[in-house]
Amino acid sequence: MSDVKKIATRESYGEALAALGEEYKDIVVLDADLAGATKTSVFKKKFPERHFDCGIAEGNMMGIAAGLAAAGKIPFASTFAMFAAGRAFEQVRNSIGYPHLNVKIGATHAGISVGEDGASHQCLEDIGLMRTIPGMVILSPADDTEARLAVRAAVEHDGPVYMRFGRAAVPVLFDENYKFEIGKGVVLKEGTDVSIIANGLCVSGALEAAEKLAEEGINAEVINICTIKPLDEELVVASAKKTGKVVTAEEHNIIGGLGSAVAEVLSEQCPTPMYRIGVRDRFGESGPGGELVKKYELDGEGIYKQVKAFLTK
Amino acid sequence: MNNQDLKKICNEVRKDIVTEVHAAKSGHPGGSLSAAEIYTFLYFEEMNIDPEKPLDPKRDRFVLSKGHTSPGYYAVMAERGYFPKEELTTFRKTGSRLQGHPSMRYLEGIDMSSGSLGQGISAAVGMALAAKVNGDDYRVYTLLGDGEIEEGQVWEASMFAAAKNLDNLVVIVDNNNLQIDGTIDTVNSPYPIDKKFEAFNFHVVCADGHDFDSLRAAFKEARETKGQPTAIIAKTVKGKGVSFMENEAAWHGSAPNDEQYATAMADLEKIGEEL
Repeated sequence: MSDVKKIATRESYGEALAALGEEYKDIVVLDADLAGATKTSVFKKKFPERHFDCGIAEGNMMGIAAGLAAAGKIPFASTFAMFAAGRAFEQVRNSIGYPHLNVKIGATHAGISVGEDGASHQCLEDIGLMRTIPGMVILSPADDTEARLAVRAAVEHDGPVYMRFGRAAVPVLFDENYKFEIGKGVVLKEGTDVSIIANGLCVSGALEAAEKLAEEGINAEVINICTIKPLDEELVVASAKKTGKVVTAEEHNIIGGLGSAVAEVLSEQCPTPMYRIGVRDRFGESGPGGELVKKYELDGEGIYKQVKAFLTK
Repeated sequence: MNNQDLKKICNEVRKDIVTEVHAAKSGHPGGSLSAAEIYTFLYFEEMNIDPEKPLDPKRDRFVLSKGHTSPGYYAVMAERGYFPKEELTTFRKTGSRLQGHPSMRYLEGIDMSSGSLGQGISAAVGMALAAKVNGDDYRVYTLLGDGEIEEGQVWEASMFAAAKNLDNLVVIVDNNNLQIDGTIDTVNSPYPIDKKFEAFNFHVVCADGHDFDSLRAAFKEARETKGQPTAIIAKTVKGKGVSFMENEAAWHGSAPNDEQYATAMADLEKIGEEL
């Protein structure tokens, strides 16, 4: 896939904000000394009077975002997923979630693809944390196209939104005809033998795995679930009913994320044999992001192998 | 409004506070009573507000960062006409708009939900920043406990407020010297409070939190201060006005029984008669 264009979704985030800034004058962007890394520097360059660096103080940044939203602005609070969802969890819960304020959290550098920085910066629990907050919308886009559409959808949505972006460049999968709606999953490939439900950088891996499986006569359905909350339960249940076997794939701990969300829905509405692909309840480690994605079997080959093992069990 | 009228209202606020907490059989009277003059001065003199238009975008904002002293907040809101006084006895009860800690989603007029210490000040800073971005001239007031300022977030917010020259922000510290585990200097001393805010580039005013002349001068000074936020360090007595609650840490978060309630109300009636 060397000819495929690759863009990191954090780039998409910064570009989308800069583009939306013209249209939505109430957008303001907050950073915690990481504007270069979160790519909101693109917005900052265009709208310096609407960008505020809070310094290295993420809890306070979330509170400031809450106050801005209470006064009618549309704040985007940006930092690494580790600090947005982890360090500032209680501020997000009590100052943003509980009063249901219109704050958008742009969490970049999620997952092990952060690479060399290692486990302290590889957030694998953010989705789990954010899912427990009532009213929080959670988006984990798969590519540049979807990430840009997700940022627009977040602006248009009234209420708190947590957006998860990656550091590493990932293949551009979708073109300008791609339709995005909060709460709606997208069937990328129809199939009958197994459902692979993925998000984030695992979507391209899931598509690759489906190709490999097809070569062996296994017809996998691939679903992209960008919105983890509210989850497209109807689509998940319909696919599970059709294929009778479900695999989830995500760059997150297998506890608390997409796999858990899908398992919760299926166990109540349509009990189905399942396997969760993700980081198996351990911390990450240092290494080039691409190598770690392979090592933790979140790439096409890794997903293929795990789906195959699940199907032959 | 003259001091005599403010004092009368303030005494009603104190009666409301003990009535709420007694009716709920729980709540935080000590820090509500210590801040009664501050609440009264803000809602009857200082702030540009209209209970008929609680969501007016041009209104001054108040964030109760020390959210547990909601009895004082609700008392002054009821006295000011935001909701009927009879509702005060629903405080903390199932279905009440008067949640244990203030929620903007339950009661219109509350500018920010609060309760988790150290967080309200950040929201107040965000509101003050929004005013600057929009070119609005409303002011933002936030009330903190002296124990609360042990939270690191208070200083993150203060650093930001001064760095961004938010002169439309007034931070009031209710310095009643008591927190749950004892006096603030024995638990984890934040003293000297004035020097700390000065070091964070605030304009600092020390005031007597039970004296309306002192509060009037402090808030005037805050309004006249340009280019930096103001911190008013208000020296107060925890439990003020109720003889057996004064300077007693135990009354931080407990409710009077029927007998104690009668004594408290008698204390306050007496103060009222003398006004």
